[in-house]
Amino acid sequence: MSIFLNENSKVIVQGMTGSEGSKHTQRMLASGTAIVGGVNPRKAGTNVDFDGASVPVFGGVAEAMKETGADVSVIFVPPPFAKAAVIEAVDAQIGLAVVITEGIPVHDSTSVWAHAQGGSTRIIGPNCPGLISPGRSNAGIIPANITKQGKIGLVSKSGTLTYQMMYELRDIGFSTAVGIGGDPVIGTTHIDCLQAFQDDPETEAIVMIGEIGGDAEERAADFIKANVTKPVVGYVAGFTAPEGKTMGHAGAIVSGSAGTAQAKQEALEAAGVRVGKTPSETAKLMREIVGA
Amino acid sequence: MDLFEYQARDLLASHGVPVLPGGVAETPEQAEAIAREIGQAVVVKAQVKTGGRGKAGGVKLADNPEDAKARAQDILGLDIKGHITHRVMVAQASEIAEEYYFSYLLDRSNRTFLAMASVEGGMEIEQLAVERPEALARIPIDASVGVDTAKASEIVDAAGFAPEVRDQVIAIAMQLWDVFSKEDATLVEVNPMAKTPDGTVLALDAKVTLDENAAFRHSEHAELEDVAAADPLEAAAKEKDLNYVKLEGEVGIIGNGAGLVMSTLDVVAYAGEEFGGVRPANFLDIGGGASAEVMANGLGIILSDPAVKSVFVNVFGGITACDAVANGIVAALQQLGDQATKPLVVRLDGNNVEEGRQILADANHPLVTVVDTMDGAARRAAELAA
Repeated sequence: MSIFLNENSKVIVQGMTGSEGSKHTQRMLASGTAIVGGVNPRKAGTNVDFDGASVPVFGGVAEAMKETGADVSVIFVPPPFAKAAVIEAVDAQIGLAVVITEGIPVHDSTSVWAHAQGGSTRIIGPNCPGLISPGRSNAGIIPANITKQGKIGLVSKSGTLTYQMMYELRDIGFSTAVGIGGDPVIGTTHIDCLQAFQDDPETEAIVMIGEIGGDAEERAADFIKANVTKPVVGYVAGFTAPEGKTMGHAGAIVSGSAGTAQAKQEALEAAGVRVGKTPSETAKLMREIVGA
Repeated sequence: MDLFEYQARDLLASHGVPVLPGGVAETPEQAEAIAREIGQAVVVKAQVKTGGRGKAGGVKLADNPEDAKARAQDILGLDIKGHITHRVMVAQASEIAEEYYFSYLLDRSNRTFLAMASVEGGMEIEQLAVERPEALARIPIDASVGVDTAKASEIVDAAGFAPEVRDQVIAIAMQLWDVFSKEDATLVEVNPMAKTPDGTVLALDAKVTLDENAAFRHSEHAELEDVAAADPLEAAAKEKDLNYVKLEGEVGIIGNGAGLVMSTLDVVAYAGEEFGGVRPANFLDIGGGASAEVMANGLGIILSDPAVKSVFVNVFGGITACDAVANGIVAALQQLGDQATKPLVVRLDGNNVEEGRQILADANHPLVTVVDTMDGAARRAAELAA
């Protein structure tokens, strides 16, 4: 069945007419995504021709939703304007906003998160590659030709490392692979995806990829212990990364974790998650579980 | 970007936070001059981006300008936890009646901003937080609202500030919020915020971290960057817009995507155990940079590190095509000429991988080995560096 994105998803692209937006709209179309419109206030009323599709441009998200029934927006708007673009999507009450943009100031992301509370929009990202339900739909920049539809759910902070993991398990396939992004403040967490995968009949096992910084993996470990019955395999990157300098005392006090790869691995293992030392070893652990 | 104390102090002062007169000195003579201008006892403080300065002997009182010069002499050049002191701040010394703690920061787990305040400030705040957490008020800040008088009062009252300082601390709390929000800071910490014997409250120390993602709207932040202290290779890399961090090791690493590069470092470190503890020499994320120029720049920086004995180029072509990367490698090696002195192990996978591998096979460069898997390539690179 997949999570968050399926064959019925109707996708608009904010920033479609920019160079990144248009390049990836072409790729999404090629992978079978139903791109029903683009958003650019200065080009409203025009159409953009892609290989095999002519996509209308609307002046705003609300208008695009009204005209097309869109329920997903993929956002490629550059950092100085990204906050406004995400808020626009949230205010229009679109169901899913996937924020690809890298480099959004943390004050902007935190404001957007505050603004989105109580609303009906799931935000994924920012600074993420998006998500793909292979064979059904692809919202973002994840290559569609790495793998196929299958029974593994994948949630990852990373971009190309996600692709590497998809590649390692390409023959088994994925229900949905979600790149949640590496920024400090993100709209969808490991836990959100774990919950959704737990509830998704198509997903039989889950692989989660984490990395140093913050305590998302530790929190996910607690969540898994309490709420996830499907098998979970993990991978954490950053054992060799140099520790960041401690600045002031405030960070040390607030964080519930040392933020190190070691701490994350230990937390996950304590929750019954098998953690691979390398991407290939992680894939092997998954194979042992799904018997392939 | 972490600021030096003197930079943080200036930033706070520019937003109205009360601070004591002071200046920054790079020589003992400069320190003496500042002390003379201040005309009272001063404190000479090492300017390094790490804590524990006091314990390391990097914070000294000086009664007069000659003393200040001597203290500066002692402190300049001091190694504090691996940071060499290049500057000192000379600030008016102050009697302290009470020490408080105040900070704003990002609470990443809860995706909100957080204010932390305590009437028991000073050096051991981390200990306090663990031993008597009730002595440290933690108040979430709604990013849409910020810190207005009501919120500032809430923070100050939660920490239990006494009536005689309450108004001053509320005002400072709002000024510090100004710094935090208007300067796009991810941390603003004042420890201690002090009450002097005459009842004045001021900031006696300041730590500020600025969000580099916000640089596009803060051109004035660029001059706060400390280029001098950066490792020369890192500085050179930064000038070429390369995301490079120097480590201690023998296998140079180039990859696309921070997560993949971090993973590559780990995989090389594990592989290196088999060869006597060979380690990765650096982190370098070239992102989507398949161009010859980016590859040549990256390779050039890595090969400038004399410790490097082999280089591992690990690319998973997502959007970036492997044939473009392969062409980039070939052209880069041509560009570098005799500078390309160490073996390269290349792993390509993903988009157009067959074309990419073919290009490298056809180029048949003596230094280049193509290995199909990430694990195999890491092992080969470690072996070559042993």
